[in-house]
Amino acid sequence: MKKTYINGVGCISTQKTFDTVFLEEAVVNHDENVLAIVPPAYKEYISPAASRRMAKGVKNGIVASALAMKDANVENVDAIITGTGLGCIEDSEKFLKSILDNKEEFLTPTSFIQSTHNTVGAQIALLQQCKGYNFTYVNGAVSFESALLDAKMQIEEEEANSILVGGVDENGEYTTALFKLNGRIKADNTAPYDVLTSTTSGAVYGEGASFFVLENERKESTYAELLDIAIVNTLAENEIEAEITSFLKSNNLEISDVDALVLGFDGNATFENYYKNLAENAFAQTPVLYYKHLCGEYDTASAFAFWMATKILKTQEIPEIIKVNSVSKSAYKTILLYNQLNGKNHSFTLLSK
Amino acid sequence: MKGVAITGMGIISSIGNSVEENYHSLIENKIGISRISNISTVHADVIKVGEIKKTNDDLIAELNLNSDNNFSRTAMIGTLAAKQAVENAGITSINEFRTGLISATSVGGMDMTEKHYYDYFEKPELVKYITCHDGGDVADKIAEELGLKGMVTTISTACSSAANAIMLGARLIKTGKLDRVIVGGADGLAKFTINGFKTLMILSDDYNKPFDNNRKGLNLGEAAAFLVLESDEIVEKQNKKVLARVSGYGNANDAFHQTASSENGDGAFLAMKKAFEVSGLKPSEIDYINVHGTATPNNDLSEGRALRRIYENETVPDFSSTKPFTGHTLAAAAAIEAVYSVLAIQNNVVYPNLNFETQMEEFDLTPQTSLKNKNIEYVLSNSFGFGGNCSTLIFSKS
Repeated sequence: MKKTYINGVGCISTQKTFDTVFLEEAVVNHDENVLAIVPPAYKEYISPAASRRMAKGVKNGIVASALAMKDANVENVDAIITGTGLGCIEDSEKFLKSILDNKEEFLTPTSFIQSTHNTVGAQIALLQQCKGYNFTYVNGAVSFESALLDAKMQIEEEEANSILVGGVDENGEYTTALFKLNGRIKADNTAPYDVLTSTTSGAVYGEGASFFVLENERKESTYAELLDIAIVNTLAENEIEAEITSFLKSNNLEISDVDALVLGFDGNATFENYYKNLAENAFAQTPVLYYKHLCGEYDTASAFAFWMATKILKTQEIPEIIKVNSVSKSAYKTILLYNQLNGKNHSFTLLSK
Repeated sequence: MKGVAITGMGIISSIGNSVEENYHSLIENKIGISRISNISTVHADVIKVGEIKKTNDDLIAELNLNSDNNFSRTAMIGTLAAKQAVENAGITSINEFRTGLISATSVGGMDMTEKHYYDYFEKPELVKYITCHDGGDVADKIAEELGLKGMVTTISTACSSAANAIMLGARLIKTGKLDRVIVGGADGLAKFTINGFKTLMILSDDYNKPFDNNRKGLNLGEAAAFLVLESDEIVEKQNKKVLARVSGYGNANDAFHQTASSENGDGAFLAMKKAFEVSGLKPSEIDYINVHGTATPNNDLSEGRALRRIYENETVPDFSSTKPFTGHTLAAAAAIEAVYSVLAIQNNVVYPNLNFETQMEEFDLTPQTSLKNKNIEYVLSNSFGFGGNCSTLIFSKS
């Protein structure tokens, strides 16, 4: 069975994560409940004429995938697998509003065409003329992990040698307002927003695109090996530790073998015990890290965490800004990522150097 | 390849509320295309649709949902079909083995979003529907109704979505990651989709006529179907009846245009070619092809060209599109057509391609136009979607 290596990464996020070494320019924004991406210089990747017509998510996906491929030093890939929670939501909003406002008349197809969830994956394929396997996963918080799992199976079964995998989501103005209404996003004017000390429900929202080149061989650009991914729809708070133990065991590892645990803390006090219990008990002696205070919460935020973990394994350094506790290790060989949303859609991802 | 066992099926479409009802409609030429009644739209007098003639209240009652439920129509028909499939497979303890659910959707709970979009801020009682919009909401709800706790995910590759859900499910069983997986898709009719297809000018104002020279476009439809796939170990251990097997699959991207297929059907050709490689079958071994056949000028030309390329100088086997019966049910299409493919194998029939009159001038391909009885060992089913997503599945006798 072939092993899976992460050989290139590209990340567009609410922090400056391109043209940087790692997170040296990162800042925590305590003032806003919806964070916007730091835009890259799109014109270096997409012609201005094409760029004007493209959805934000498509543009970010194209840039992040181009960065990842350049980083991995590959010209083309065998497959493209994308995860997205809401797809190009701005275009969905636009088309739906014009249907409602104009009573189903005078509509043009552009925003409908862009609104389909598979637009990002399709546009990357079109741009690269990649006729291979092309999937898009849309299952909330496990959208990106579904794509990863699929890619790993492809490589294990030797169906593909190199695969572009990514997670992408964009903020849409109306959807953001709806999420404030139903409590998914924290209420306006309740700053300072702090992820670890929050006592309210809801999260600070974000957006981003992170893409990775996964290949079946280790090479100079290799960041990490992807050991395993598990996706579980429903788990109670008190079942998480056992689930992690058995997941590690199936990879011949124990909790003490984990050199860093990356948790999806998003400031939603209602569900933070899923993370807190681990950080305070089973993993109290392990470096525990968080990231949603930097990138915000969104369905594919865990792809940002994946990017972070690959960077740690390559640089062997953990920036202060992502530390939950003060535990450190002399070397970082194995990293575990755990994420969930509202007690559903749990994912466990294991990486090693 | 021996193929992954299918042990259960469930379906609801405009031609029936169960597997049996769908089969009878197919062999008795009972079509489900009608005027739309559940959605108020300015296009109501122009378009014809494959609508399930049950209101949301009917579906709520059938599923026994309480009044504070927040099920979209898509989630309700999905749950009905998934429950049938699980029951048909004789599953009583859903988490007994490593069991997953792979669903497919095009627009998630858009049917609720579009209904309440501007009312959310005025009517607090509607706020519960906001989360329905999420693409994964349908699968989460089905999993909850089934009591399924394991792996759940959703694929959205437009009109090929459910084919990819079946493909992923088969691969999860083959690689031993799961023992059992419920695969399929659901899509309710929505104003959003109706108007989207309308702006693309690919909706017919008449009954759709796949592979006909004078075809004018598609009729949209709504449906849900799920199949249960199980490992051979479980089949043996529980002495399960195998309905048919998934013995080949292929996925490729046309990489031509966001919403149009290439004239030579590159993506379709590659998808079929891969499916043959995986199955180890030769094209000549296929007894029936359930074509994608949406009846848009573009699809049928592209798909026909791809078929000609696969079969080169050989005769193309009996083929038909079942979309004149059901309409194009988008993300659910490949799931309902998988059920029809299994039924074709079980009953040794080729369904008629209704409404066909005139052969297309571009090639000499004539679909089967009347019900035909013959031994069916292998069925090939195509599904293609926006974004160049092309998928092929091959089903075989158990």
